[in-house]
Order: sequence, then C-alpha cells, then structure tokens
Amino acid sequence: MTPAQVLALDPLLIDVDWGVVGIVVLKVVVAFTLLLVSVLFMVWFERKAVSDLQNRIGPNRAGPFGLFQTIADGLKFFMKEDSIPDRADRRVFVLAPYLAAVPAFLVFAVVPIGGDFSDGNRGVIRIFGHDTLMQVADPPVGILFVLAMSGIAVYGIMLAGWSSGSKYPLLGSVRASAQMVSYEAALGLSVAAVVLFSETLSTNGIVAAQVPWGWNLWATGLVPFVIFLIAATAELNRPPFDLVEAEQELVGGFNTEYASFRFALFFLAEFMNVVTMSAIIVTLFLGGPAGPVLVGPGWMWGTIWFTVKLLGFLFLFVWFRATLPRFRYDQLMVLGWKVLIPLALGWFLLLAGLKVADGADWNPIAVVAVAAVGLLAGYGLLASALWAARRNRELEGEVSI
Amino acid sequence: MTLLAAANGISLPGTDDPINVSQTVGFALLAALMIWAAIRVVTTRNVVHAAVWLVVVLAGAAAQFILLAAEFVGVTQVMVYIGAVIVLILFGVMLTQAKLGNDPNLSRRNWYGGAVVAVVLFGLLAFATIDTFEDAKLPEDRRMALPAAEVGDGEVPRTESNTGAVSDAVFGAYLLPLEVLGVLLTAALVGAIAVARKD
Repeated sequence: MTPAQVLALDPLLIDVDWGVVGIVVLKVVVAFTLLLVSVLFMVWFERKAVSDLQNRIGPNRAGPFGLFQTIADGLKFFMKEDSIPDRADRRVFVLAPYLAAVPAFLVFAVVPIGGDFSDGNRGVIRIFGHDTLMQVADPPVGILFVLAMSGIAVYGIMLAGWSSGSKYPLLGSVRASAQMVSYEAALGLSVAAVVLFSETLSTNGIVAAQVPWGWNLWATGLVPFVIFLIAATAELNRPPFDLVEAEQELVGGFNTEYASFRFALFFLAEFMNVVTMSAIIVTLFLGGPAGPVLVGPGWMWGTIWFTVKLLGFLFLFVWFRATLPRFRYDQLMVLGWKVLIPLALGWFLLLAGLKVADGADWNPIAVVAVAAVGLLAGYGLLASALWAARRNRELEGEVSI
Repeated sequence: MTLLAAANGISLPGTDDPINVSQTVGFALLAALMIWAAIRVVTTRNVVHAAVWLVVVLAGAAAQFILLAAEFVGVTQVMVYIGAVIVLILFGVMLTQAKLGNDPNLSRRNWYGGAVVAVVLFGLLAFATIDTFEDAKLPEDRRMALPAAEVGDGEVPRTESNTGAVSDAVFGAYLLPLEVLGVLLTAALVGAIAVARKD
C-alpha cells in the first residue's frame, strides 16, 4: 500500500489531471458569469418589454437602448447605506439573503445549456482532450436536486420576513411560505409525469430522451406542462401570484426592511430564479438544447436552440406580468389545492396506467376508459366532500366562500 | 455475519479493503458539526433559531448520505425534511408565537427525562449498527447491489443506478411495510384534523 493510498489523497498533486480540473473550473466560471449576465439582461428586458406592452418608453438613458440601466442600478445598491433595523434578529437577518441567492445559483448547475444531441449523441463535447457535458454537473438525481433547491429557497424568504421584526414583512413571508409549499406539490407531480416518460432523473438523460421532436410537451399530453408552468409562476412569486410582495397591502413584502447589498441579493435571486426556472421548463418539456443541426458544428446549434427556447419562456413570464391581474389569496389556495394537485395526480395516474398497459399489451382505449371512470369517481367523491363542507359552514352561519 | 444481516439478506461489503481516509475525515467533520448543531437546537432560547439549527443537523445528515454515495437518499432527505417538514414547523411557529429575542420559558424543568430517552435511543441504535456491520468497510465500487435474496435464478443483478436499486427494494421486498406506513401516515393526518377541528 502506497502512502498516497493510506492518506487517500495526493498532497504533491502528482496524479492530478489538470485538464479535468481546468474543465471543472471553466464550467463553474462560465455558468456563474452566464447567469449573472443573463440576469442583467433579464432585468433590462423585463422593464423594456413591460414598457412596450404598457405603451411607455422605459429605461433609455444609460447606454444604447438603456442597456446599462441595470448596471447603474446595481452600482447604486452597493453605494447605499447598509441598515439593519433595531428590532431585527441580526444573525438571521444577515443570513437570509444568502439562503435566497445561493440555491438560485446552484440550480443552474444541472441545466444542460448546449451540446449536440442529434444522431444519438448525448450532448458530449470535447475540450482539453476530455469528453464532457455542457452543464456544470450531471448527477444521477439531477431533477430531484432542482426540487430540493426550490425547497431550500423558501427559507430565505421566510427567515427574512421573520427576522425583520416588523409586521408587514412577517405577513409577506407567511404568505410566501404557504404559497410555495402548496404549489411545490403540483410542481413535483408534473415533474413525476416527465420522469415517467424519460425513465431517468438525470437532466442530461431527460433531454436525450426527447430527441429531436419527441418533446415531453406532447408526450405527456400537455397537461403536466400547463400545470408546471402555473406552479412555476407561483413558485417564482411572479404576477399573477405575487401576493408575497403585494405593494398595496404589504408595503413591499418580506424584503421591506432590507436595503443596499442585501436587497440586491434578493432582487438577484428573484431574477435568477426566473432564468433558471425557464431553463428547467425548456429542459423538462421542450427538449433542452436538442434540435436539428443545420450548418456548422453540432455543439453550437445546441446552445442556439436552447437560447431560442429560453428567450420564449422569459418573454412569456414578462407577458404574464404585464397582462394578468393579481389573484386573491383564497383563489390562490383554491387553485393550488383543489384544482392543480388533483389534476396533476389524476393525469399522472392515467399516464402510469397507459405505461403499464403498453408493457402488458392491454387495449389502450379500454385502459383510458377504465381510468376515466375511476378518476371521475374520485373527483365526484372529492367534489361531494367539498360540497358537504361548504354546506356545513353555511348551516353554521359562517361566511360562505 | 450477524443475525440481523443474515435475516435481511444484506450482503456486507468486504473487510479487507483499505480505509478511505478522506471519507472518514469528511464524516468526522460533518458529525462534529451535526452534534454541535443538535446541542444548539435544545440549548437555544428562541424557537425559530432552534428550527434553523435543526435544518443544519438535517443538512448534515444529507451530506453524510452523499458522502456514502447514496445521492438519492441524500436529496430526498433535503426535499422531505428540509424542504417540507421544517418549513411547516417554521410556518406553524410564525402563525402562533414567533417572538424575536430570547424566550426564558423555553426550557422545561423535566428535560432530564428527555436526556435519558436520548441516551437509551443512542445506545440502541449504536448497538444495532455495530452488531450489523461489525468492521465492514465501504466497497470502492459504491453502486448499491440488490440484496442477494432479491435476484432470481439466471437474473443479472441490476446495479447500474442507486435510485433504481432503492426503488426495486422499496417496491419489491419492502412493499408491504411501505403500504402500511402510508396508511399509518394517512391515519395520523386524519386524526390530527379530527383533533384540531372539533366542529
């Protein structure tokens, strides 16, 4: 046994392949920079697009088309006084912005942003003499990692609101946590439908399973996609689900007491989440970087297709914001618990039934008919339970919803 | 092979492999962090701080799973415990009594009883673990193999993914306990609602 084996490490760095280390460092730096630059662009794009949709001009002073407006705003944040309220819980108050920003960065690590998926390639590219993927990491449980990170992101908002020592942030954070926990269930169930078809949890595998036009968008019958899109908008706390920071009711929501760099971190996290969530939607339902190679190297087309699809969803989120009025809180909860979760669960069971039928050579029409009867019976029971509960409340003279 | 391992058909990894020192060091660091955080959970005088320290303990457990190359269990730990259970605890605390600052009434006088229970539980778990695994070491190839009893004649054991192996075990050998657990949790949920809503 050599000393290196005993220590299980290599203090003189003899056996280290610097090419591998270089690739990892390069990928991390590129992903980090790309995300930051795309956030700068996203903030500008959102302000410009909303302005156009509202017949305004929007930022047009700093740089061409106002492109440097975000940089100017960012610099302004750093110059501002960094204040912590007297009644705040100092340590948690300082911790909270990082709990919001770090998971937002980490999610991007498992998103495949390029690579050639045509002709049975699995997005492998070759740099420094090594085969690698155009994503920072491809863990075997990639898509679960995304869900886990979106679970952690709740903490930043919750603890920020609580530690501010002020009632409006607290109300905002209680709303946020209830909303995010409610919609996470529907989000997870629609991801499960995708995983059922891809038969893998790795993001690279999910993309490879959709090459080139077998997108999960239609493979899963559109319903999981619509549910995911709605639930993702709610997870992002964006309009029409932006009750968390409803200015008219809560001053500014959970981040009311934050200023300077800490506020900038929340702002950054919010827009990073928009970018990464759009990237996740593209990966799950639209085949990520997969697409036809027209002319030139294949890896370049992967990135081009990915960017085109991503921009579509970024615009969609901005469009939502400019168009849709905010939900009322009870409507939000009704939509989440009584519509989206039963629908996602029922659709998932239907897809699973069809999958089993496919393996066992059953008649798919009969399977769909039996499943429809079963799901209708389940829905009938649910609806009657809701009706009975409402009737009970009415009988007791409470306010009916 | 000890009784418990023999009963469950767990194939114990070899005892001749060299010890993986960096893994052991990582385990020790994480374990120290977890113990410190666990002590802070019970000694801190603020409910929300206690919940946050509990998150550190659970994240440490997830990190230990990942250190053991059980990434599925690790990520599930984060999703279920950190992403759901503690969030709900915090949510409940915020709706009821989320005081800022220290709460002198947080420690109960009969905390010794809890300490005794904790020591007994630790002894039981430590005994079961040591008795099962003795001085077995982790194999260099960390992919989990199915228990020998699971693999039928002429069937190649599926070892290509940990997640697949876990699901095969959960929905194969341990299907009945899983279903019973599901019924138990539903019963607990219904019971909680019945207790909370007396109308």
